[in-house]
Amino acid sequence: MALHCGKTCRQYLLHLAHDSVDFRLPELKALLALRGRQCDPSEAFREKSPFWRLCGLLEEDVRSVMSRTVCGKSAFELWGHGRTAAELKSSLLEYPIEKMTPFLQEESTYKINVYTFNKTLLFKDRIEKIDALGFLPFKGKVSLKDPDHIFCLLEDYGLDPNDIPEEPFHIYFGRWVADGQRELIRSHSVKKRHFIGNTSMDAGLSFIMANHAKVKAHDLVYDPFVGTGSLLVACSHFGAYVCGTDIDYNTIHGVGKASRKNQKWRGPDENIRANLRQYGTESFYVDVMVSDASKPVWRKGALFDAIITDPPYGIRESTRRTGSHKEIVSPPEDFSGESHVPVSMAYHLSDIFADLLNFAAHHLVMGGRLVYWLPIYRPEYCEEMVPLHPCLSVISNCEQTLSSHTSRRLITMEKIKEPEKSDVLAHLADSRFSPYQGHNSFREKYFSGITKKNGKGSERTCLDKV
Amino acid sequence: MIQNSGRSGCLNTEGEVHATEVKVNEVEFNPQFVSRMIPKLEWSALIQAAEGVGHRQDLPDTLVSNYENDEDFLHKVHRVLLEVEVIEGSLQCPESGREFPISKGVPNMLLNEDES
Repeated sequence: MALHCGKTCRQYLLHLAHDSVDFRLPELKALLALRGRQCDPSEAFREKSPFWRLCGLLEEDVRSVMSRTVCGKSAFELWGHGRTAAELKSSLLEYPIEKMTPFLQEESTYKINVYTFNKTLLFKDRIEKIDALGFLPFKGKVSLKDPDHIFCLLEDYGLDPNDIPEEPFHIYFGRWVADGQRELIRSHSVKKRHFIGNTSMDAGLSFIMANHAKVKAHDLVYDPFVGTGSLLVACSHFGAYVCGTDIDYNTIHGVGKASRKNQKWRGPDENIRANLRQYGTESFYVDVMVSDASKPVWRKGALFDAIITDPPYGIRESTRRTGSHKEIVSPPEDFSGESHVPVSMAYHLSDIFADLLNFAAHHLVMGGRLVYWLPIYRPEYCEEMVPLHPCLSVISNCEQTLSSHTSRRLITMEKIKEPEKSDVLAHLADSRFSPYQGHNSFREKYFSGITKKNGKGSERTCLDKV
Repeated sequence: MIQNSGRSGCLNTEGEVHATEVKVNEVEFNPQFVSRMIPKLEWSALIQAAEGVGHRQDLPDTLVSNYENDEDFLHKVHRVLLEVEVIEGSLQCPESGREFPISKGVPNMLLNEDES
């Protein structure tokens, strides 16, 4: 399947929402991979545009993508396109009439929408544009309410809201096929969720993560830093069975101080299972445990189809693990004293990622994916910061900016080979497999950026990290 | 669900499950999921755990062949995997004898300072 090929094959137009821009292409690629389809962007492909032309796909492929995508707004069977109204017209006249007629029947009803990106048109202009399509052999009746077929004229006025052209850069016309799942962003909003924590993942991003991980029905998905289970909610929505662990007893049991503004303590219906119940996916709840991710308790072997997680960055949730050490960290203030919490010690960020990748290499099925967030101090970012493992291949790396000096990157990795004994020594042969130690001072860098007026950290380069 | 887990130190052995309170929920049966889970389980450990909580019923000692098409069998596995839940009890590591408590359906696998 190609993106923006010049061939005269059947094409579909994907109209994308203009947010989480970096996350869109990996999402599409993952969803097409679920259909066994490859995705090859051609040179003409402009990733930042809200309109992508897809060719080499069947309508079932497109419907399947739209049943999952949170980045895609709508998909259309593309009948014509061009850089001017004249080009659009000749393109439409070239479209095989026998492909049009099934949808233009006399007994059917239809309507034509006009959508303009980066420009607002007057009502009369929109009517004019619809009228200009009168040369098309529409035989049916117009019905604005519940028509049999919906067509759309889409115009692209560029990406610069401060420089809107008189005429669009590109115009498309097509038959509407399906809408994406952006409604999930509203229906699963964390604002209305029964059980939330300080760092519960926003609904849109949690569905994007599930898509990047190629989660599918009957999969078993695991989150080793499950918190309030936001990622499990998203995965269960796509039919996966879910389990999670967290070191924090209070969060797993749903007790202690609440994260909501007006609420003091957590109520009885606040736990991960209740969250799944809220959205009707309780039957996909497998188990949660209180457990330390640095000391996994799982049986050896490939258990999980996907591991999806948001490890603590040490900012709003502390990074800790169990252990005996001279360096003792006292339990958090919201500890309600219900059970003995073993001594906490610092869990360095670089170790979190090394442990996570190692765990994934051992416990993912072949071809299974690990999707996790990596906190980044932007002034120092270089590719070497992204952890590597001999058994995992990096599929994508998408940045979400958090502030001028920090961001987080959604890393997707896929298991490509089973671990061997020699992998333990991989870092000796190849320094890329050594944990990047610069992550450990992320917390200091995060706060130093906030207190310093200019917000700029040190000028160190990546070479200093070795 | 009765989780089959072992301490990171124990390679092949599985923990014993003791239960003082067990609940049986009704969970929608999904034969495809159960089919896919079976190869990931250690069958003897599952039997032992099911026996430990008094819900073995008539699960066989060894895994039947061609289980993917045996809906009756899959239903029995579904029951112990997803419907039988240990609410209060413990998981015991056979090597060290260490017991991990299960409270309100949630196992607590954290080791104390002197144990790691």
